[in-house]
Formats: sequence, C-alpha cells, structure tokens
Amino acid sequence: MRELFESTIERLLSDLCTPDLVHEAESGEWPAALWRALEDNGFPLAGAPEVAGGADASWADLYVIIRALGRFAAPVPLAEMIIGNWLLEQAGLGARSDILSFASETSLTIGEGRVSGGLAQVPWGRFADSVVALAGDNAGQTHVVLLDVATAERVRQGTNIAGEARDHLSFSAAAVVMSAVLPPHLADDVLLAAGAMARSAQIAGAINALLEMTASYAGERKQFGKPIAAFQAIQQQLAVLAEQAAAANVAAEAAFAGADQRLPMFSVAAAKVSASEAASQAAAIGHSVHGAIGFTQEYALHMLTRRLWSWRSEFGSSTFWSKALGEHVCAAGSADFWPMLTNPELQDLSTTQ
Amino acid sequence: MSISEFSYSAIPADAEQLRAQVRAFLSDVLHDYPEEKRAYSWMGFDAEFSRLLGEKGWLGMALPKQYGGAEASPFSRYVIIEELLAAGAPVSAHWIADRQSAPLILRFGTEAQRKKYLPPICRGESYFCIGMSEPNSGSDLASIRTTAVRNAGGWVLNGQKVWTTNAQHSHYMIALVRTGDKETSGRHGGMSQFIVDLRTPGISIRPIADLAGGEHFNEVFFDNAQLEEDALIGEEGRGWDQVTAELAFERSGPERFLSSIAVMHTAIDAIGRQPDALQAREIGKITARLLTLRNMSLGVTRQLSEGKNPAWAASCVKDLGNVLEQELPEILQGVVDEQPQVIGGSAHAKVLAYLTQMAPSFSLRGGTREILRGIIARGLGLR
Repeated sequence: MRELFESTIERLLSDLCTPDLVHEAESGEWPAALWRALEDNGFPLAGAPEVAGGADASWADLYVIIRALGRFAAPVPLAEMIIGNWLLEQAGLGARSDILSFASETSLTIGEGRVSGGLAQVPWGRFADSVVALAGDNAGQTHVVLLDVATAERVRQGTNIAGEARDHLSFSAAAVVMSAVLPPHLADDVLLAAGAMARSAQIAGAINALLEMTASYAGERKQFGKPIAAFQAIQQQLAVLAEQAAAANVAAEAAFAGADQRLPMFSVAAAKVSASEAASQAAAIGHSVHGAIGFTQEYALHMLTRRLWSWRSEFGSSTFWSKALGEHVCAAGSADFWPMLTNPELQDLSTTQ
Repeated sequence: MSISEFSYSAIPADAEQLRAQVRAFLSDVLHDYPEEKRAYSWMGFDAEFSRLLGEKGWLGMALPKQYGGAEASPFSRYVIIEELLAAGAPVSAHWIADRQSAPLILRFGTEAQRKKYLPPICRGESYFCIGMSEPNSGSDLASIRTTAVRNAGGWVLNGQKVWTTNAQHSHYMIALVRTGDKETSGRHGGMSQFIVDLRTPGISIRPIADLAGGEHFNEVFFDNAQLEEDALIGEEGRGWDQVTAELAFERSGPERFLSSIAVMHTAIDAIGRQPDALQAREIGKITARLLTLRNMSLGVTRQLSEGKNPAWAASCVKDLGNVLEQELPEILQGVVDEQPQVIGGSAHAKVLAYLTQMAPSFSLRGGTREILRGIIARGLGLR
C-alpha cells in the first residue's frame, strides 16, 4: 500500500501543488481544487477503517503521505485531518469526511455536553469545519471532543512564517458535536505527540526537496568558469545537507513505524529533535549555497525554508523534546540508559506530570 | 543516490533474542571492570576476553559453518557488537579480524585461504591489522609506494606502513601495496592486497605513542620481506576495488557513534536523577542523536545484508557518528561541574579526561571527515 500511496500523492501534488498555488494560499486563499483532488483520492480518510470509508492504512503507510506534504509544501490540513480522524476512531467516535483539524494547546473544560475555553495555534482553524481537542471535566477526567468551528465565539487569525493559518479559537458554552472519554491507552499529550510526529515527517520531506533543489542549482550555477558544485567548499556543505536529510528521514520513519493504537513517545521525541535540528542546518545550507537568488520571493527556495523554520518550532521545539527525553533518561539512571535505547518497552516517556 | 534508500529497518526478532544472552555474559565477565577502562571502547585489548567470545560463538558469526561461523544474519552480529560496545568491553584484539578481515577473506580468498585463516578468527585466536596509510599517503591512499614484486618464492615486500592500529599485537596484516606501475595501470590500478604474516623476517614494528601516552598505532617496516605465493588475496591489480568494498563494512557500524558512550554513563551518574534544565536538554539531545544514528546504521546494515554496497550511506553514518562522538565530551564537560582528571578524581573525571584526549582521532581513523563528505558529494552526483 505504501508504494501506491506514495506514487499517487506525489503525482497529485506535483501536478496541482505548484509554487503559484502555494503562493496564493500563503496570501489567504483556500486551495479548493487541491483539497478536492485529495478527497477524491481518499487521503483524508486513509487511516480510517474500511467500514468508515477509509483505507485502513497503518502509520508506516501514512508516513509517506505526510512526508510528501512536506516535500511539496502543501498548504492544506491533510496531516491534521489524518490525526484528528485517528483520535476520533480511537475514542470510538468515528472518522469525519468534512474538513477537520486538531488543537494540542488547549484550556478547555467540558460539562453537560458544553465546552468553554480556548484553542491556540489551530492549524488551518479558519478553514476547518470542525476541530478535535481534549477537554477536562470537573471530575478530573479527560474527554475527546469534536467542536464545530462555526460555534466558536471568536476566531482570531494567525499565521506562521510560511503563511500557514495558525488560528486561535475560543468557545463559550458551545455544544459539542460529539465527545467521549479519552481511552485509557492514550495520555493527555497524545495530540502534541501526534503533531510532533507529523511535523517530523513534513520536515523530512521538505529537506529532501531542498537537497534536490540545492544540488541541482549548484550543478547549474557557474562562477570562476565552472559550476559551483565543482568546489570542495560547496561539496562539503551539500554532503552535510544530505546527512541531515537522511537523519530526519530515518528518525521520522522510525517514529511512524513504532506507532499503532498508541504513539511511541520516545521515538517521537527523538524524531522531533532530530528533524528540528536538521531543519535548522538544512535551511542555512540551502540559502548559503543559493546565494542572493535564494533570498528572493521569485525563487521557490523560501517555500521550503520558511516552512522548516516554522515546523521545527511547532508541537514542541528541539529543546522541549530534548528536555523531556533528558529528564526521563536521568530519572531512570545510567544503568538503564542503554537498555532504554534498545528496547521500546522501556521507553514510556510522558510530557505530562 | 537517493535519500529514500536510507530506510528505517527494525532488528528481526531472531537477532533480538541474542541480546539477553550477551548482556548476561557481559555482566558476569565484566562485573568489576572499571568505567575508566570501559572508556577504551574498541581500543581495549584483552586476548582472554576475545577467546571467551569465540567460545560463545560470537566471532565471525556471519561466516559459513564450515569455516567456524554460525551463518547468523548481519543483524545478529549487530546485536552482539553493539552490546559489547555499549558495555565498553575490551574487544580490540579481534575487532578488525571480525569486522573487516574475515568478510574480506570470505569474499575474495581462495578455498585454501578461507580454511587457513577463518577458523582461528572465529575462535578469537587470530588477530589482524590493516595496512593502508603510509608516511606520504594518508587521505590520498592511491599514492602508496610500498611494493610487492614477484620472485621465485612468491613476492618480495618493501616499504613502510604507518598509523597501523594494533600491529604490535596482531598475527597478520592485510596490506594494500603496489604491484604494478601507476603510470601504466592508472591511478587506481596496479594495487593488490596481501595477507602478511607479521612474523616474517624483514618486518619490524615500532609502536607510536599517542598524545595521552597510549600505544595503539604503529610504524611497520618491510625490508625485503619474502611472502609466499598464496599471500596475495583476491586478484592482482584489483586491490583498490577490494578495499573500497571493505570500507562500507568499516564505516557504518555502531563503533562509529558509540566510542564515547562511557562518558554518557558517567555523566548521567554525576548529574543524578533530577537534572537541571540545561542538563536535561543536553542529555536528551544526545539521546535523540544516538537513537537516530542507530536507526541509520541499522538501515545500512539492511542494505549490506541485501548484498548492496551503500558507500555513501555508510559515509553518512560515520561522519554524523564521529561528530557526535567528538561532541560528547565537549558538551558534557560543559554541563557537569567536574573537571577532567587523569590521576585521582571520580570515575566521570577520569573517563572525561581520557575521551577528551582521544576524541580528535575519531574523525581520522577509517577516513577523514573531508574524505567522507567527498564520497557523499560523489553520491549526490556533484563530482
């Protein structure tokens, strides 16, 4: 299934998700045709069970879809919708087919089927029909809630530096569309981890594209009578870029490979650290090798680098996840360090106390 | 080259089940082995320990059974060696024979050579070193000048190798030497590999002390050393290709990112169970980098197990791994409030002192940083 997913979405995005489309989306336009094509090919429901109209894809299969979104800088909430639908299924609520996003930064309370509080940094919030989030009740229990964006008291628009919508939604005694108690196999940081996992894969995809673009530019651009790729100083930088691309890819893939009904928190943390560190280095090298042309709006390099600079900070920066890992490792002690690295069953990391 | 060749690969269950056995063995045999010796990593020499590993069947384990191996998968071998390295076990005696020489002899050797050399390697009794660098040939390996010339008895060896790790303890050297004229056979032609018995008259070995006073590498001189006809391994004139194939094995293993693991262990002990924010961040970031490198290294192991030659991917692992190994003592000396000490001081102070001094060698041995990045650039199609 993985190969089919990858070839289908890459073909679709390379046809439709052009630099012009990305540019228009960055100025606030919803890419309706692109979204329709993704829907027609079943991607928003790819991870949902077949009875719900999905393809029952595993996380390992979903990895290539989400990586491709990064590769083409796709300005749509597809990764968010896949995650939202996964959590709805886990909670027994059933996947949705209208546009769905999710929020991990929340201060929601729920009582008698009504929700109050705020959702911060909701990806594509203003374009979504509904949003999945977690809400606490006054008995201390956590619920998965589905909220209709139209019932929000206020939508405060925000964008990240890639022009992607990251909105703040507030609700005041809004009726939930659906809700269920968060299943016991999931923790309160599940959406944070899912978001970090998705951004790691998108970063990996974007760095792959950046590497291809930069290597190809270095082969064409001539100075001192030869392509700049002929200079060792440039070759050494591109080699480091390739190493970082490989690291981000393998780290993200390992996290997805370890995910099933639960998310492998330790691998997710390592993936987000590795991908975020790679994002910083890759963006710097891409611009360094391209020179002034890469700094212009006309040339498409920035569509990748501005996303890398955004995504490395979203759903926990390298520092956030490093600290979580470091506290976990130190609490376990040195004798458990190596066993923990080599055995997923000993990697029970949590970011909530 | 494509980044997607670099794919995550989990360790199969049959290989994974070896882990508990090797851990139990190590905690028994090394129970009073001190941290400062564990810091030697794969430079720690102990012939008796190597013999014990041979008895357990953990040396040359990927080799066919008729040569003393276990026909185990590369992943089984991976589990064994990463456990040895993580524990800081003294593996240096057999290390090169197990990692590099045995696969080379299996691949390019005659039946007689395989029968002669492989079983003692599997028993942990036969040690090898690699003769590549010469006084004027480091990164520019093709410029070597040591020669082997045919005569009635076989071959006569003349010249000098340098920086040869463990030559003073080894029984054999696999040497890359010139057998043909550089002018007529091309830059990478005219070279051949020989298995040199280091007891041969005309060979002298002189250890070179490193900056910390240790003696790991050596100068090796060949003065009309007479080799038998069957000392040649592989094809005459194909030495360069044979060496290149060998290097993927040399560059992608866990020894390329675990050399400094001992200081991680002592630092976690020194920090205690409740790190401050800075300590937590640095320990966590190192943990993430180690996990990612291990996953990359396993990806290359998968490719090697499928008979591919992932030269550029192996170079990625070694370069990134060396950067981490070198940064470990740098980062940890900045977050643990203890100064490095050679004599006196805590286990952490001693381990930190040792690895701080050894770190520069990590990106020299097995190919320098610049050479590795050149190989990756070639993989990218830039040269």
